Amino acid sequence: MGGARPLAPWRWLGVPLVQCLALTVLFSLPFRVFGLSMPEPIFPMVPAFAWAVIRPSMLAPMGVLIMGLFLDVFWGAPLGLWGLSLLITYGAVLIGRSMMAGQSWPVMWAWFAVTTGLAMGGGFLFTMLDSHAIPSFLAVAWQFLATIVLYPFAHLLIDRFEDADVRFR
Amino acid sequence: MALRENPFGELRVPLAWTAGVALVVAIIVAVGLLMSDRRETFRSEAYGVTRQVGDAVTAPVTGFLVTPGRWIGDGVNSVRGYFFAVSENRRLKAELAEAAEWKNAALTLRDTNTRYKALLGLKTDPPIPMVAARTVSEARGPFSNTRLANAGREKGIITGNPVMSENGLIGRVIGVTDGASRILLLTDIASRTPVMIERTNARAILTGDGGPNPRLEYLRGQEPVKPGDRLVTSGDGGVLPRGLPVGLAVKGLDGRWRAVLASDAAPVDFVRILLFQDFSQLSAAAAAELDKMPVPPPASPMPAVGVTAAGATAAAPTTTAPKPPVAKPPATTTGATPAPKPAPRAPAPRPATPSRPAATPAPTTTPTAPPPAATEVPF
Repeated sequence: MGGARPLAPWRWLGVPLVQCLALTVLFSLPFRVFGLSMPEPIFPMVPAFAWAVIRPSMLAPMGVLIMGLFLDVFWGAPLGLWGLSLLITYGAVLIGRSMMAGQSWPVMWAWFAVTTGLAMGGGFLFTMLDSHAIPSFLAVAWQFLATIVLYPFAHLLIDRFEDADVRFR
Repeated sequence: MALRENPFGELRVPLAWTAGVALVVAIIVAVGLLMSDRRETFRSEAYGVTRQVGDAVTAPVTGFLVTPGRWIGDGVNSVRGYFFAVSENRRLKAELAEAAEWKNAALTLRDTNTRYKALLGLKTDPPIPMVAARTVSEARGPFSNTRLANAGREKGIITGNPVMSENGLIGRVIGVTDGASRILLLTDIASRTPVMIERTNARAILTGDGGPNPRLEYLRGQEPVKPGDRLVTSGDGGVLPRGLPVGLAVKGLDGRWRAVLASDAAPVDFVRILLFQDFSQLSAAAAAELDKMPVPPPASPMPAVGVTAAGATAAAPTTTAPKPPVAKPPATTTGATPAPKPAPRAPAPRPATPSRPAATPAPTTTPTAPPPAATEVPF
């Protein structure tokens, strides 16, 4: 009976969403370690990638949108910037999830890097259009690197929930 | 294909399709929000209720979370101070000896400065009121560089107020709510700040790009800047007061002039928010200050201090005698009694930028007046 039970949305959507937002808040605290500021990775990239790989869902895009809007409000970015960038990532992974199915760990990491680049490219483009200026490539590269090292967390999420719902085996 | 149980009956919809529809709806919402966003206008109404509520909730939460880290930092600093007390004492003594020399020079310059101001009848900037606040969160990404300060509307802060750290300008307020203010940093891609190179008075626009060193754009003149030149706010446009320290000019790896921000010298913890609105505020404050000055003694022939040329002495006493020169700007004297034009002279070297309004009348009426004021004119 337990194996046939549908996956509860709060387990694979709600908990990771709250965790990502909490980590974003923690990493925004103005601390310096040895004179250096803490990195600012895009934590919501992890569930945005993992949710699309795990299974299609109606709630997941709304969760991605909520996380993006939270980033915009919390970081003071133009409203909709991160929402749109993350949704592009989610949509791209959703379209290519049949290609990603069954791939090895390093290949999935490469896919994660590609989709992260897609989101940051989108953010770069939207910022250019919004501010009529070109963002610093170096700053974009730092955030990209800080984000792609988060793939192990996405892997944990995928590993835990990919086979959790028997209807999607 | 996985199918979704539909609540309306026996209809079963492919899950991928419903997910796709939800995705499209979410994208439309995000695009609509992005297109309606007017953050770059820096108007208070463009900040929006959503952001105000977000900031009002975030500020106390991050203020609470940052407290343990601050305690740890204070503890580390105490231990470090204990172990490095001797070397720091030595360094401070050397600094004190140097500062004593500077103090003498500063007192002499202040005296000279006061006399020049009296002669030219300059209005100086009144002190700008300010509010101290603590930054409780920051965004350091390439697309947004902002900080949240834990002081807001209740302290009189409004959108556009400049914000400084102990070392220099860090940005300006773009959103205010009760208990919190959002500060747009100089490094943000939407930030544009009119600055000038202190050595040459050349103007530039400090343009953020999300990196740590904003660019100097629209530089004019031949070699207006050298590495290490000090940058201050120019006050052009009336958004910021003039003369706030910004940083030093450096040549970037991309060949562009950039600024090393003075505020980067130390962690930005406490900030000062200047309650500056525009120059009319300064004019009103200066007028109020002048009104408070003691009434001058009854009219008596004023000694023409520093004026030796015959043409100038013939024109000046008719208008300046009843009042002391401090309260009478030179522009009014030239307007009331047209002064005879001096003979054409060889053009004197001029600064690269247009001269300030208060400094222009002085050379025409008093040929032997003190040298043109360079940094003393307030705006």
